[in-house]
Order: sequence, then C-alpha cells, then structure tokens
Amino acid sequence: MRLAGGGLIDRGLPLRFRFDGRDIDAYQGDTVASALIAAGVRMVGRSFKYHRPRGIVTAGSEEPNALVTVGEGAAREPNVRATVQEVFNGLEVRSQNAWPSLRWDAMSVNDALAPMLAAGFYYKTFMWPRAFWEGLYEPVIRRAAGLGALSGEADPGRSETAFAFCDLLVIGGGPAGLMAALTAAEAGADVILADEDDRMGGRLLAVREEVDGKPGAEWAKGAVTRLAAMPNVRLMTRTTVTGAYDQGTFGALERVQRHRAQGLRDCFWRIAAKQAVLCAGALERGIAFPDNDRPGIMMAGAVQAYANRWAALPGQRVVLFGNNDSLYDVASDLVDAGADPAVYDSRAEPERAAEGQPFAVHAGAQVVGTTGRRGLERVRIATVRGLREVRADCLCVSGGWNPAVHLTCHMNGRPVWDEAIQSFIPQEDAIPGMRVAGAAGGVFSTAGCLASGFEAAKGALDALAKRVVPVAVPRARDGHYRISPLWVVEGPGRAWLDQQNDVTVKDVRLAAQENFTSVEHMKRYTTQGMAPDQGKGSNVLALAVLADATGRGIPETGTTTFRPPYVPVPIAAMGAGGRGHGFAPERFTTSHRASVARGAPMIEAGLWYRPSYFPVAGETTWRESCDREVRMVREAVGICDVSTLGKIDVQGPDAAAFLDFLYCNLMSEVGAGRVRYGLMLREDGFVMDDGTCARLGEGHYLVTTTTAAAGQVMRYMEFAAQVLRPDLNVRFASVTDQWAQFAVAGPRSREVLESLTGPVDLPFMACAPVEMCGVAGRLFRISFSGEHSYEIAVPSRYGDALFRLLVAQSEGLGGGAYGMEALNVLRIEKGFLTHAELHGRTTAFDLGLGRMVSDKKECIGKVMAARPGLNGPEREHLVGLRPLAEDGRLLAGAHLFAEGAEAIRENSAGYVTSAGYSPTFGHDLALGFLADGRARHGEVIEMVDHLRDVRTVCEVTGPVFFDPEGGRMRG
Amino acid sequence: MRLTCPLCGERDRREFYYQGAALERPEADDPAAWDSYVHLRENPAGRVRDWWFHEAGCGAWLIVERDTVTHEIYGVELAE
Repeated sequence: MRLAGGGLIDRGLPLRFRFDGRDIDAYQGDTVASALIAAGVRMVGRSFKYHRPRGIVTAGSEEPNALVTVGEGAAREPNVRATVQEVFNGLEVRSQNAWPSLRWDAMSVNDALAPMLAAGFYYKTFMWPRAFWEGLYEPVIRRAAGLGALSGEADPGRSETAFAFCDLLVIGGGPAGLMAALTAAEAGADVILADEDDRMGGRLLAVREEVDGKPGAEWAKGAVTRLAAMPNVRLMTRTTVTGAYDQGTFGALERVQRHRAQGLRDCFWRIAAKQAVLCAGALERGIAFPDNDRPGIMMAGAVQAYANRWAALPGQRVVLFGNNDSLYDVASDLVDAGADPAVYDSRAEPERAAEGQPFAVHAGAQVVGTTGRRGLERVRIATVRGLREVRADCLCVSGGWNPAVHLTCHMNGRPVWDEAIQSFIPQEDAIPGMRVAGAAGGVFSTAGCLASGFEAAKGALDALAKRVVPVAVPRARDGHYRISPLWVVEGPGRAWLDQQNDVTVKDVRLAAQENFTSVEHMKRYTTQGMAPDQGKGSNVLALAVLADATGRGIPETGTTTFRPPYVPVPIAAMGAGGRGHGFAPERFTTSHRASVARGAPMIEAGLWYRPSYFPVAGETTWRESCDREVRMVREAVGICDVSTLGKIDVQGPDAAAFLDFLYCNLMSEVGAGRVRYGLMLREDGFVMDDGTCARLGEGHYLVTTTTAAAGQVMRYMEFAAQVLRPDLNVRFASVTDQWAQFAVAGPRSREVLESLTGPVDLPFMACAPVEMCGVAGRLFRISFSGEHSYEIAVPSRYGDALFRLLVAQSEGLGGGAYGMEALNVLRIEKGFLTHAELHGRTTAFDLGLGRMVSDKKECIGKVMAARPGLNGPEREHLVGLRPLAEDGRLLAGAHLFAEGAEAIRENSAGYVTSAGYSPTFGHDLALGFLADGRARHGEVIEMVDHLRDVRTVCEVTGPVFFDPEGGRMRG
Repeated sequence: MRLTCPLCGERDRREFYYQGAALERPEADDPAAWDSYVHLRENPAGRVRDWWFHEAGCGAWLIVERDTVTHEIYGVELAE
C-alpha cells in the first residue's frame, strides 16, 4: 500500500512499468521492489530448488529472493535484483523460475518432494548409470532448478571500463561515509565517494532520526550538496565497490544508465586510491524459524526503509519478531505510518519496557511457524503464556546486524567475532591503507557513525600528510544496541537459511552429521552462500547452526572466505569494449585499402591483417588464385606487402658487438651495404626468431624480425641491452610502422624496379639507398621466394602510392600482387622457415643451421645449445616430404611413421609443420621434422592424419625442393 | 597491483610485462651454473626479486622486490 504522504519519492513524476504483463504505477525514486510493495504485490518469484513462492525480503543489493528479468528480446537481462532496479516508464519486468505462471508453477511439485531433496541428494542419487549423467540427469536438473535465462542472442547492451585516481576513496555514503568525505575534502584531499544507491545517505534515508537538528535525509542532502560544490570531490552514485586489491586498487561497478530506457549499462571502474575508508554499513540477518520464507516475511529494517523512504507499506497487521533493540524504532515508525504492529521480543527482558509504547510488546516470545498459501496469513507464536496464533500480512524479522566486512576479507583478512553485537567485525589493517568506519566496523548508533567517519578520515589525512581542517561532527542520536543471541527456533517444518539456494537448517545439520564439519566443506556440500547473493544475509546464521551442531563456538567455526566481487558483476562490464572488432587492436598496412579494393580476403597475422590472395575474374577457389600467383612469381614478377615484419633500427659505436651477442651468427663482419640472414636463440639454446640484418653504415644496422615475434624480440633486445650488456653503447628503436616495405619478386623484378628508379645494380644480399619519384627509400636484394627479388622500403606515407605503382608496373609485365597463400607455397618450395618450424622446440642443429652458431664469439643461448642431447641423431631434423603418388595429400599437423608401423603415438617418428600444393611441381610438398631425418633422405615413410583420415606414402628429401643451388635467387 | 616505475611514477600493473626471477647470468661455461640459471627457480613464499619490463611505458627493465604472500612491494629500481 502506498502511504498518502511522506517518503523521498517524487509524487510529481508518476511512472508506469509492467510486471508479468500487468501495469504497475510508481513514482520517480521508486525501485521495482518499492513499487511492487506499494502495489500490494507480495509474490515476486519462485525459489531455486523447491519452487516455493517467494517475496521481497530486503531493500538493498543483498536481496536473495526478488530476482527478476528486465527488458525484452535480445537485450533482456536475467537475475536483476528488484530492490536495486530503479523504475522508468515502459520498463518490462518478469518473474523467473516459474512455469506456466508465477501463481501456478508446475515445478512446485519439488516442494512436496522436499524430504527427498536434502543436501547431497544429487551426489547420492545420480551416481549411476554413469552414462545417464550428461544425457539425462544433468539437463533435467538444470531445467528444474535455476534462475532466469539469457536470451540466447547477442546482447546489444553496451558497457564501458574506466580508471579513476584519488587520495581517498570513501566506500559508502551513509552518515560515516559522508562525514569521512566531508572531513577529507575540507582538508583538500582528492576524494571519491562511491555509494551503490542512486541517492547518498545510507540508513539515514530509511530511519527517522535527526542529525544536526534536522531530519537525517535532509542533513545527508545538505552534505551531498556541499561535497558536490567542491572541485576536489567526485561523487559516484549507483556505484558498488566490488573488490579490494593490491596497492590501493579497487574494482567498482557503476550502473550508469540502467535507470533509463536507453543508454550505457555499466561502467567497471578500477580506482587507484592512496587511502580508503570502508563505510559499507551493516546487513540485517534473519532468524531460522519454521516456514520463515513466505512472501510477507521481511527484514525489519527493510520494512522500515520501505515505509519511510518510499512511503510503501508491505502490510497492515504487522508482527515484529527479533532479538535486539532495532525492532522498536521500526514498530513506532509503522504506527506513524498507520499500521498495526506488535513486537514479539525473544529476550526475557527487553531494554525498552512495553509501557509508554503505542504498540504491544511481548517479551520472551518466539515465532514458531507461519501459514499462508501464496503469502503470509498467520503467525504462530510461543509466548510465556503459551502458544497463540495471530493474523498478519507482514512479519518483520531482525536477528541482528552483520557489519559488511566483505571488502576487508579480499586480501586474506579474517573477520573477528564480537560478542557484544553477536557478529563479525573487520580485522584491523586487513587491507593496507584502508580504515573502517560506522556500522561496517560494528558502530551502530548514528552519532557513533558520524564520529568514526570523522576519525577514519583524520587517520587517512595523517597518512596522506595533509593537515586536518576542523570539521564539526553534527549532533545525532547516540545509544546502545543490545542483542541476545537467537539463531534457530525449533519446530516442525523447514527453517530456511539461504533463501536464494534453498538451504535449510536441516541441510546444515545433515552436513555436520555426515562429517562436513568445516565451514568450507559445509558450504560446498549444502551450497549455502553459493548463490549470486553469496549468502550476505544467511552465512552468519548458517555457521551458527553448524557451530551448534558440531559443539564448537562460532569464533572457532569461523567464516567462509569472502571473495570479490561484493555484488554480481556482468562479464560484459569487466570485458567492456572487448567484443567484435574491439576484442583486439587491428593493424593495417599501407596497402590495405588497395588490397581490399582488389577483392583480397584479409587474414589475421598477429594483430595485422594481410591479403590472403588476389582473385581475378573467373577464379572461384583460393587454390586457383594461389596457383596463378605462384606461377606469376616464378615466371614473371609479383608484388607483396612485407611491412608487417618487425623492423628495428640499431645504432651506436657498439651496435656490431651488440648484434653479435644477440644473434648466434657473426654480424660484426657484415660489411656496410650488405645483408645477412640471422638466427636468434633463447638462453636455453633453442631458436627464438630469424630475420635479416642489414648494415646501413658503420654503426648503423636495420634488423628484421618475423611478424609474430616482433614484440618479443624487441623486449628481448631491451633486456640484453639494459640487463645483460649495459656496458655496450648502443641504442635502438622499432621502426616497423615508419616504413612500408614491398617484395618485388620474380625473374622480371629488376625491370619493374628500374622503371621507377633507373638502373639498379645490386648484388644478392646487398642493400643501398634508392630514390624513386623524388622519394628517398631503401633497397634490399633479399628473397623469401627463391627468385631474383628485392625488397623496397619507403616512409609509410608513400606506401599506398608505391604499392599501386608497383602492382601497375608488374601487371604490364605479366605479373601482379600476390598474397599470403602464394608467399607460403613459394617459401615451402624453397624450404624457408616460419614460426611453424621455429616453434620454440627446435634448435639451429635441428633446422640444419647448426653451423650458423659462430665459434668466434659468445652469444645468447650458445652455451646451452651445445648441451648433450641437442646435437645428434636423437633429434628430429628438418626434412622435406614428397608424396610418391602424384595426388597424394600432405597435411600440416600429421605425424610420420615408418612404413608398416602401426600409426599410434608411440611409433610417431616426426610430424609435418608446413604443407601445400606446389603448382611448380604439380603435387603437394611439405616440411616437417623427422627423427634423424638428415640421414634418411630417400627413405619412404608414411604420413598419417587421424583427424582428416588421410594416409600418404611419401619420400623423405632435403628441405629445399626448388632450385637447391640458389642460382635463380643469386643470378 | 601497482608498481612505481623510477622513470614514470606509479602505474597499473597492466603496463608491465613480468619476466621472472632476477638472476645473475653465469660468466663461465659451467654446465651446473647454466642449468641452474635456465631451469631452477626457488619459488619462495615471501620476498622475491623479479625482472619486470615497463613495456607500455618507458621501456625500462626493472627489478621489483616484493612479497609473494602479502603482495607488499618493497622497491622498484632500474635494472641498468
């Protein structure tokens, strides 16, 4: 029922939304939960396992029951807490886990079967036959038990991630948090104040207490206004700090525009704070009495919040049951709201006598049961005068308050049992640089919260070496909070602990009986606290039951470990930006547009995109294009963008000595204007990367790396220069993006080049400056195709123009552009290496390049490369493979077996690393590694690919199939 | 986790590349010393010295002293 007046809702702004197809009226400021309560809706969902009718229990992010699905179509989101979702016009809300409807749910039969479905039921029942698990049991169980369902479509909702920095992060905007933020802000500290509510004030919004002579909510509003006007303060509402991490890093989830029909969903923040104050408040817990889960049974503090903040009354005839003082304020607020409350205090002598109260108080009373079909109708109470049953539509429960210690446990802090408040309080200094203030630290009076917020800020300011500016701590209500422990009320019927996972007192006792006596074991056996709410309202209660069942005290039993996140965080928020093209950066070469314009399919090479092939009219498969491009390079000329190879410019008086140390072969003896192929080893002696090393001048080299290893090589070179050889005077920089480089390969490559540059006379493995069309570039006479070829480099801004020009000139000579497929076939024909062969487990010896390891100098990896076992017939050597039958297929990844040997793992003699159809030879060719392969040229072996079911008899050859003497390349 | 680069100041750990234990490279051809350098690691619960690379920053190799249990960082210095 909506109260006629009062509340912090804006009655001038009426809203309307839909719940299960029914229109619900609300006001600006309502949550789905408060609007449903105001509309008299009590049942909002069915429980996880037993499909029991369930209603709203709390008024915050800890809500266990009121999980709903919000939105429609692909964007619909399951398991949204109705207590957190703000209402907007047109919002669509649906209940979950009920079919065909919330009122008539077929699966509620589970509730009748409850005696069979206790903890461990699945483990004990679905043991056999084993094959039934995946096919039958698991799908059926999944369908029966569960929460909301995803749409199954790509979610169009958008989220973001962001970083923030501050001197002081204040977590929670209640009285303690506001006071801490004010104190630190006045002292000039950069403050972030984060609160998960849409409105700061915390419990001040829910209670009717005065602060500084005015209503608490008004004081909070004034404090927020003051903070908002300060340039050194950032207020973050709708922001839950979800985790505390090393060196003052905090994770936080901001629900940015979830309160609107459209807009950004979430922002996941990483906040780096020099100091922090945790003012997260306390969460009220229940009492486990029989049938304590009916709709209408709520936390007392939540009912108070609904009445005062949202002017929404959950019931008229209200029973309050609890073991502590907080019941009495709730009862008196309910009287003022027009309800008819009666307090049943479990304590024999409540602090506040019944006299003078405008409501009935019964001491020494316990609720022993409830009835009601789809919601609470009657409450059974044991009093000193005997059993009685009263009619009630709302039952407020308070079993005490648990400080929200969660964040203090994220770095292994263990909370400490506090006898006075019968709950856990944070361990001191559990998070370096974080202090705890207010109810989160076990301080339950408003005056105490304000004072402790001020003190915590003072401590933080000291640590920040900032002078404290005196700030007056406002007057507020002080007083003691008294509680007498009461956890379980015995009686017939089930008493719920974890309502979200349907765990009862009986389940925990069964776990103890079956020797799951450690709290961590009990948790996993019963699933207590393992639902999305992580047992916020039920964990302490459950371990009290376990402590009782095992005869230990609660402090000895201990808590389970609280881990981040404090509230569920959508993966879409943490990984925001990382879908589709946002998943990884994209690097494009200067010829990208020209390649795409020619219809080339682009394939990923690391972060780069390179043309796969360039189809021409009439070609229908990639193979046709590839074969044509290979023939084109062998017979005329081809152009290929090779800019993606890493290029590192190395300079300095010791550049030669440095490269000698880095590469296994001698680079110091390369003359100026010459190029050498080089091999880089890891310190363990295995090959890391290969590339060319061009000496541009006396102390000036340009080295290239493979596309994939460019970053790794750069990192390794920095390590070598800074750590291993700081004595060498050398500097280097990556110039990969600065230069566009193109291979011009084939017998007519020189003609193409000379059409742009004039006469060229460059010997094989030489380099020289070159000028074309007035642009200064570099020319290298190197080859990755086995043909007479060049690589020509120009500053990147000329790359597009040069590529188009080179392709046009080539086409006039029967050539054209070629892509990665042809590049790969050309290099396989020549036995040239890529990372398919340099895969991290091959040595220079394996590759047949053992003689490249110079004995004239020291280099990285040299000592370990000479280890026994790395240089003999016991190794697998690089070989070539040729099918005996013309149409025999060779496939990368296939294994090699001696002819006649059974094709099983134990008999594998090697494997294929690269393979493809060679139009030059008219059959497949492959490179691979074969045990003692260099001694086995001419042998016939069998290639077996179990995955593609291919067997091919082939001959072992040397790895260079085409022009083994290299005459075409050198000539 | 945050590291204070001596050149750039305090930065998020995502800017850094972690290499491993900061060991002295052996001078001689002593196989045992090389075996230890390449393969053997202490993996202590407590204080360690690691190589880190400020890859998304200044490109400096750093030695970070930290605690594997408490995650406390005792110091960051240039490797050079």
